[in-house]
Amino acid sequence: MIQAKGIIKSFGENHVLKGVDVDFYPGKTNLIIGRSGSGKTVFLKTILGLFEPDGGSIHYGDEVLGEMSKQRRKTLRQEIGMVFQGGALFDSMSVAENIRFPLEMFSAMTEHEKDARVKFVMDRVRLEGADQLFPSEISGGMQKRVSIARAISMNPNYLFCDEPNSGLDPETAIVIDQLIQEITHEFGMTTIVNTHDMNSVLEIGDHVVFMKEGHKVWEGTNDEVLGSTNADVEDYVFKSKLFKQVRTALRK
Amino acid sequence: MITNFFEGIGAYALLMTKVFRRPDRWKLFYRALVKEIQLLGLDSIGIVVILSVFMGGVVTIQTAFQLSDDPLIPTYYIAMATRESITLEFSPTVVSLILAGKVGSNVASSLGTMRVSEQIDALEVMGVNSASFLILPKIVAQLLFNPILIIMSLFLGLWGGAMAGDLLGLVPFEESVMGYRLEFIPFENAFYALIKTVVFAFIIGSVSAYSGYTVKGGAVEVGVASTNAVVRSCLAIILANYLLTDLILTS
Repeated sequence: MIQAKGIIKSFGENHVLKGVDVDFYPGKTNLIIGRSGSGKTVFLKTILGLFEPDGGSIHYGDEVLGEMSKQRRKTLRQEIGMVFQGGALFDSMSVAENIRFPLEMFSAMTEHEKDARVKFVMDRVRLEGADQLFPSEISGGMQKRVSIARAISMNPNYLFCDEPNSGLDPETAIVIDQLIQEITHEFGMTTIVNTHDMNSVLEIGDHVVFMKEGHKVWEGTNDEVLGSTNADVEDYVFKSKLFKQVRTALRK
Repeated sequence: MITNFFEGIGAYALLMTKVFRRPDRWKLFYRALVKEIQLLGLDSIGIVVILSVFMGGVVTIQTAFQLSDDPLIPTYYIAMATRESITLEFSPTVVSLILAGKVGSNVASSLGTMRVSEQIDALEVMGVNSASFLILPKIVAQLLFNPILIIMSLFLGLWGGAMAGDLLGLVPFEESVMGYRLEFIPFENAFYALIKTVVFAFIIGSVSAYSGYTVKGGAVEVGVASTNAVVRSCLAIILANYLLTDLILTS
């Protein structure tokens, strides 16, 4: 479990996070949603430890991130998998080498065990036969799957995804969403997904946090989001014509 | 502007303290080192060969043009002056400036692209010391391979000078060889050239890596960083050349 308690973060005069309290549950896909500029990405990077909070604390289980030794922080990072918005795959490495990289860097596995692990995660994200291809030779959807495979190769306790659907067609986006939810449930990870995509919210949002102007405004499940009476959530969720029609249908 | 300059020096020094750490995995370090030697060293051989041969020829022609009017000066003195110019300045400095352009822009643009496409963030999230993992092999590759390139350049420059002198009838080949050997102190001259080469190699590797690693923004900023890498490296080489020349030759 990850707990964010009273997180405050500013960049100069720009106060981005103004005291955010959220609990992220293991075995669930925890989604952070909100408009651009609402502080989602800064919040995610603060939880990851890429930004130091100006106030508040981040708890990984019983440990406080800010109080961890350098060594412990380093080992914690090996318990974290991250799927970046653009994939962030290493251009100079093939698909298999990208997935194998964390194992080469940190694991004490034998070469045979590493091969087996790479094969397992590639099969798990349905990337069979792509091992020798390079990132520039595969589609955006496949790049996201490679990114997910690399993120879970070390069997992490925590999975972070920054807008994993951006730039994907709706069908591929749903495949990626379902994959994230499947592996979260299967491996019992605490997964945090940063997204704009309402389809993702409804598809996989076990726990949804809505942020606005550096505050947590609402939280609930994907089933509750459509029925929320919070004005900010309503304004965000029912902005599109499609969702306005969904609301009308729900009220009938 | 002055504040920015000193902030830059501070950021560069801090980055270097991150770079010179024990690699997490030696196996991956050696693998990266071999790759960098191929990319930054072996791939530079062609340009060094062409540059050195023609540079040697030009130095011989220029020297002959200055000295050949005086019949009292033996022609092998032209070769001797050519040797001094090539050994002391042209090979270590000019070739390093060319490498700063070729290698520096390559290092800065590759690291800059990794920065803007979040590949460096991905390494950091995994717990990898990205500065050491990415930059250390590049610097070590240049520290190891640039001296080889410069020694090669010395021989090719002298050969090019001798060939140009012979072909144009300025200095016969045998007299060039005699001039090259005249009062030559191998240890002193080679030592001077190699000291400069090693310092310049460190400058090229570290300054261009700093320019690329600290990029913020997108493709345009990567281009700017690549240009900055070349300009900063060249300026640093010229400044270091002056200091080293003063320090080594006057002491």
